[in-house]
Amino acid sequence: MQARNRWTDYELEQIIGNLLRAGVILAAFVVLVGGVFYLFQHGTGRPDYHTFHEPSSDMRSVKGVLRDALALHSRGIIQFGLLLLVLTPVSRVAFSALGFWAEGDRMYVVITLIVLAVLLFSLLGAK
Amino acid sequence: MNILVFTLLLWLVSALTGFLGALTGLGGGVLLVPVLTLVFGVDLHYAIGATVVSVIATSSGAAAAYVKEGFTNIRIGMFLEIATTLGAVLGAFLLARVSTEVVGIVFGLMLLFSAYHSWQSEPNVAPLAKPDKFSALLKLNGSYPTPQGERTYQVYRVPAGFGLMAVAGALSGLLGIGSGAMKVLALDQAMRIPFKVSTTTSNFMIGVTAAATAGIYFKRGYIDPGLAMPVMLGVLLGSTLGAKALIKMNTKILRLVFSVVIAIMAIEMIVNALTGRI
Repeated sequence: MQARNRWTDYELEQIIGNLLRAGVILAAFVVLVGGVFYLFQHGTGRPDYHTFHEPSSDMRSVKGVLRDALALHSRGIIQFGLLLLVLTPVSRVAFSALGFWAEGDRMYVVITLIVLAVLLFSLLGAK
Repeated sequence: MNILVFTLLLWLVSALTGFLGALTGLGGGVLLVPVLTLVFGVDLHYAIGATVVSVIATSSGAAAAYVKEGFTNIRIGMFLEIATTLGAVLGAFLLARVSTEVVGIVFGLMLLFSAYHSWQSEPNVAPLAKPDKFSALLKLNGSYPTPQGERTYQVYRVPAGFGLMAVAGALSGLLGIGSGAMKVLALDQAMRIPFKVSTTTSNFMIGVTAAATAGIYFKRGYIDPGLAMPVMLGVLLGSTLGAKALIKMNTKILRLVFSVVIAIMAIEMIVNALTGRI
């Protein structure tokens, strides 16, 4: 009877599938909106990607991107959409940990949390 | 050329690249970097940054469908993601510490490997005599749906697969690509996982590996919104259409022609790197 309250791999797969799809669609939509703004505002400028130069710190921190996006700056909105995209697989991993927990699979909860820790280290810690 | 024209052109070419990447099974990433650097003259770091977000978009979009169909083995994926994400962080660290020339050469070699890999048709994965004790311990053995019902399979040589995945992750972090060819190699050649499971599970891992890379690229400023926007939207559209067209097409000839094109691009990248023009 205990199994009835627990999730199965099948249910976990369905939810993960939906989560991934929703994340990509949402991120693409935000990037598209920001992109349209960007082309209206900067469309007549000249592209400059031949050499790499350090961008403003605003585009490189989560806080800076949020501030820029909330101020409705087009580049900030795009970067916020790209951040949502990066967070899609991260949230998939976080959700899997929850799912394995609900399945009662402790070993895979630990494995999943290790992956989550590496992802968070990459996003927030390392440079 | 102003930003409007540049962006639209980039979007169009990215869509085409994504389309061909999906049709040939190479994925968008490994093709995008040479297109951005050789055709558009974009700096390698910006090219790699725009590529990594496109890789996340396409792999997550495709993974959504595969996971629901039940081909993906989420335990194999999750376990091996320890190797790929650690490798990716290491690779991303290396990118800031090695010269652009070295990155260009490694990229060229990776392109050659991908070209060679796309020549190969479905590998014949014969089960090995001795099962691996790790595969039972880690609950990696699984089953997948076939027209004749669920078919079960065993997983072999887990440590070798894990090691190869770390290398695939490091290449991902260094080059901003999904390194799908390398992942499939580890899954079907080393671990003897059935083709349908290995390709979908590889794709499942690519998004997480690329996210581990993207976090570091983001903080270094390699991801420029103006460049990544048309590239990501283009590749996402192109690869979605490509995956749909794939079902109706025989891609044998296309794959052959394409491997030659990629081999040429690979050599051009290596020559450019050696002569310091990258």
